[in-house]
Amino acid sequence: MPADATRSGSDPVLSLRGATLRFDDRTLWSGVDLDVQPGEFVAVLGANGTGKTSLLRVILGQQRLTRGEVLFEGEPVRAGNPGIGYVPQQKLADDGTPLRARDLVGLGLDGGRWGFWPSRRKRAVVDRLLAEVGATSYARKPVSRLSGGEQQRLRIGQALAADPHLLLADEPLASLDLSNQRAISELIDRQRRERGFGVLFVTHDINPVLGMVDRVLYLAGGRFRTGTPDDVLRSEVLSELYGSPVDVIRARGRIIVVGTPDSGHAPHDEHHDAGHEELCDHDPSDAEAVAL
Amino acid sequence: MIAAVDWSQVFNFADYGELIVLLRNSIIAGALLGLVGGLIGVFVMSRDMAFAVHGISELSFAGASAGLLLGVGVVQGSIIGSLIAALLIGLLGARARERNSITAVLMPFGLGLGILCLALYPGRSANKFGLLTGQIVAIDDPQIGWLIAVTLVVLIGLAVVWRPLMFASVDADVATARGVPVRGLSIVFMLLLGLSVAVSVQIVGALLVLSILVTPAAAALKVSASPLVVPLLSVAFGVTAMVGGILLALGSSVPISPYVTTISFAIYAACRAIAAVRTRRSSAPRPAPVREAQEGALA
Ligand SMILES: Nc1ncnc2c1ncn2[C@@H]1O[C@H](COP(=O)(O)OP(=O)(O)O)[C@@H](O)[C@H]1O
Ligand SMILES: [Mg+2]
Repeated sequence: MPADATRSGSDPVLSLRGATLRFDDRTLWSGVDLDVQPGEFVAVLGANGTGKTSLLRVILGQQRLTRGEVLFEGEPVRAGNPGIGYVPQQKLADDGTPLRARDLVGLGLDGGRWGFWPSRRKRAVVDRLLAEVGATSYARKPVSRLSGGEQQRLRIGQALAADPHLLLADEPLASLDLSNQRAISELIDRQRRERGFGVLFVTHDINPVLGMVDRVLYLAGGRFRTGTPDDVLRSEVLSELYGSPVDVIRARGRIIVVGTPDSGHAPHDEHHDAGHEELCDHDPSDAEAVAL
Repeated sequence: MIAAVDWSQVFNFADYGELIVLLRNSIIAGALLGLVGGLIGVFVMSRDMAFAVHGISELSFAGASAGLLLGVGVVQGSIIGSLIAALLIGLLGARARERNSITAVLMPFGLGLGILCLALYPGRSANKFGLLTGQIVAIDDPQIGWLIAVTLVVLIGLAVVWRPLMFASVDADVATARGVPVRGLSIVFMLLLGLSVAVSVQIVGALLVLSILVTPAAAALKVSASPLVVPLLSVAFGVTAMVGGILLALGSSVPISPYVTTISFAIYAACRAIAAVRTRRSSAPRPAPVREAQEGALA
């Protein structure tokens, strides 16, 4: 399918139809229907272990659905699709890495090509990508010396290198401070508007991207809700989703979800605090009222 | 009375020109090993596999000893041992922790097996020791031919897989998502590593393989992070250590390995020192403006 037709038309870039994923006896989510349009920003919300990363793995063709289908630009997904950009959950590069900032971005361009000699046009393209993600000033620094926020910009630049039609970002804001959270969110938001790619943005905390997301996919206890943030992030909706009373509080432009039950579907998950979801921005004073 | 070292025996550079001609093959093999070691070392470092290299070299030693005992040939035996160990570690040890324990289990087993084979071997004892600590000078022409051929296979293999292997080594998740055959590349890498180890065992000995497959790359990574400069430096260091070691050993009664390991270590120490000076320099200027400002305020 020609790329331009897809982008200018209203065909969804990604479609999930009755998508169900089950491991052994545990259902992560079932019957998920979701269309992501070109240029659309969709946030995937849910506590630890609700299967957000698994959803991305399904879309990347690395994990098969138990039931249902997942289509990328109308075709069943396959592994190694260059049309899908991927920013994995943060992993800081360590010392033995023979890469500078620009080389990490460059791998997104030709990392899969055999041989060792770089192409001629690579330099200019990488320069442009570095400028787009605001990484020009540290282009020649070793990746292992960069901060989390700087590395995250590079990962986005790396993902943009293949000019994807869909960007999958797995908790790209985790372990970033507030100003970097805002910078990274705005970077993705601006790029998807300029380039017109769809975004599936996995996050614990909706607040940094609240003004940007078009829709949310909210996973909880094997069930889900989709819709605009205003549709989904409401006390009645989440109470029904969780099957127990939950309060959604809006204060100073932020959304805070209080009283989510400890998800009984992950009793072995030791990182899980009892009584509320780990949807917080790690503020200890927020122990009771947890920001979603 | 303490037995004095006869330095004229340790260093004797008379007839040096003749010796060099005689050992031209060894020098070529050494230089090629420096080249291969420097290149593959970059991946050993970025894949965090130094310990696995040591484990492979012990099984390579076992293979070489068995080759000697059974008359298969030292080089052939060592290649077989290397490849088996590399494949085992590659297939069973996908995760670092698992890899380390498999290596730790294989290593003494290989060493013991090698010692057994050598104990049963009726030939000269100098050969036996050579497999552990290096013996290039004792290598004859057909063996050199083997070593050069294996080295070329590794060089060509690395040239072909270089970029995707680098992608897979530093960023396996994204490489997988982009369709890079990460698993297949990891097996290919282990085979190339096994071959490199087999060659190194012949030349610097099983116990000292790390000095040529890890030290040069580790040194290069101390002073650069460029994917072009690191391999070039690493190769320069490896070749310097190998050829320098062989040339020094020529005029002495000491085997080449102590020279190789010492040069290699000295290069690493120098690179560490350079890195330390650089970090101090790059962190030093920061307090300076503050002091200036204070002085300015006082003035
Ligand atoms: N291949 C697999 N086999 C069995 N269980 C799996 C597999 N992959 C993930 N899981 C389980 O699925 C659950 C959801 O994992 P994940 O998708 O990483 O959740 P999230 O990203 O939302 O925290 C976890 O409990 C995990 O152990
Ligand atoms: Mg996850």
